[in-house]
Amino acid sequence: MKSHSALRTPHSAFLLISPTWLVLGLLFLVPLVIMLWLSLQRGGLYGAIEPGPTLANYVRSVEPGYVAIYGRSVWIALVTTVICLLVSYPVAYYIALKARPERKNVLLALVVIPFWTSFLVRTYAWMFILRDQGVINSLLMSLGMIHEPLPLLYTPLAVMIGQVYAEVPFMVLPIYASLEKLDRSLLEAACDLGAGAAAAFWRVTVPLATPGTVAGIVLVFIPSLGTFITPDLLGGAKGMLVGNLIQNQFGPALNKPFGSAVAMALTAFVLALLWAYANRARRRGEEVAL
Amino acid sequence: MKRRAPVLRAVTGLVYAFLYAPIAVLVIFSFNSERQTAMWKNFTLDWYRVLFRDELIGHAVVNSLIVGVVATVVATVIGTMAGLALARHEFRGKRATMSLLYLPVIVPEIVVGAALVSLFGFIAMRLSLTTVILAHIAFSISYVALVVRARLAGFDRSLEEAAMDLGASRWQTFWRVTLPLISPGVMAGTLLVFTLSIDDYIITSFVAGPGATTLPLQIYSMVKTGVTPEINAVSTLLLAVTIGLIATAQRLETAKR
Repeated sequence: MKSHSALRTPHSAFLLISPTWLVLGLLFLVPLVIMLWLSLQRGGLYGAIEPGPTLANYVRSVEPGYVAIYGRSVWIALVTTVICLLVSYPVAYYIALKARPERKNVLLALVVIPFWTSFLVRTYAWMFILRDQGVINSLLMSLGMIHEPLPLLYTPLAVMIGQVYAEVPFMVLPIYASLEKLDRSLLEAACDLGAGAAAAFWRVTVPLATPGTVAGIVLVFIPSLGTFITPDLLGGAKGMLVGNLIQNQFGPALNKPFGSAVAMALTAFVLALLWAYANRARRRGEEVAL
Repeated sequence: MKRRAPVLRAVTGLVYAFLYAPIAVLVIFSFNSERQTAMWKNFTLDWYRVLFRDELIGHAVVNSLIVGVVATVVATVIGTMAGLALARHEFRGKRATMSLLYLPVIVPEIVVGAALVSLFGFIAMRLSLTTVILAHIAFSISYVALVVRARLAGFDRSLEEAAMDLGASRWQTFWRVTLPLISPGVMAGTLLVFTLSIDDYIITSFVAGPGATTLPLQIYSMVKTGVTPEINAVSTLLLAVTIGLIATAQRLETAKR
């Protein structure tokens, strides 16, 4: 019996977990601390870093021009989330409650496969479809419906399409998981008590599927907030979002301290949202999906 | 409950079409001889020929494979150990460890990339393929650890105890009982991480030095210069590889059960 407890000793737990502490500490926590430090320095000429400490970068980060960028980021993320919700709910509902059991796995796999494929390639597909010589414009012009190509690419609409396209799987899966667990006898009870199909849906199904729906909203909204590839490839020159701003400061604008301040602010915002979500879920005794 | 729901069915069908039409268009037009517009002309394999002669792409593929394999192996070993520790042991700092593991999943990629390049700048480490590998290990460990931990949650301890009662040593028990039981989880984690590594653009773009261009970086610079059928061809190949990997993993997993 002696050897059993050997597996459970703190000593072996320490051996198993210490490489993770080491790597994530050095390659995650330390970089974030360095970034925090950077955000308190002064950005000099040609990318030089002049010693602080100063809050100048944070003060600059709330100038109206930048606030407009955050506003646009939140707006795009919100619209993306709402469209994803509208698109995903029927799919999740169909797979969970209407599809034949033997088909469920295939239908789910078909939702998951795009998630596995390259984000970059999926975004490029939309460039190919939406550009002036793209699939839609070529088709409409050859049919004689238009004579000038429609400006589709490099618009906020293109960014939203690309973003919805990328995020749909993250909305379908948690909603499906909630609906799948739903106790169907409750729906039958509602019908027996005289509720119509619509009433049963709004007053039984929707409330019971709330945990999955909220999880889906979080899983779509947060990545959309910090998105970079979609606005960079599909958005126009005026479509800069916060992700592009950070990249720009670390790249061509050569101002890492300012870029760090924006990055820290974005991270703090995301963590606050998740913290609120986790608290809400815990209070209601729901599973936290993250 | 009634199964027939024509409207719902139609909407679901449309969403699936939305998910797959762009991919289908991309693949179909990689075989189109017309270069400028998206009008179908003739079937051709020319763009694939161009691709296989393209030395920049060849170099990028080699870099991506080096990064993907090294980062996946290291992250799988470290992540599996962490998953085991979390599922099996009570230790001080367990909750903090969980938070630490969620960090790479939660923090926006753009911030992760920026933070890592700040680190490498701070310690004056030259950007190269090594910094790319380190970055990929950093964001991969969590995924393996969380998948393995989830697998072990419903795991029957009594099999291991039986092995030990029958005289197996700790190592024998680990290799012959524990590892085979957790291998589907480890495999799933490995595959997830390899795919993430092969596809990553954002973090890599921050930490790649000269000569360390990976395939996504190469595709990105091609896309920025202009849409060409070669990009459709290389995208098609990348899609084929990813989907092939997932299909293999799924088959392995169903075969095990």
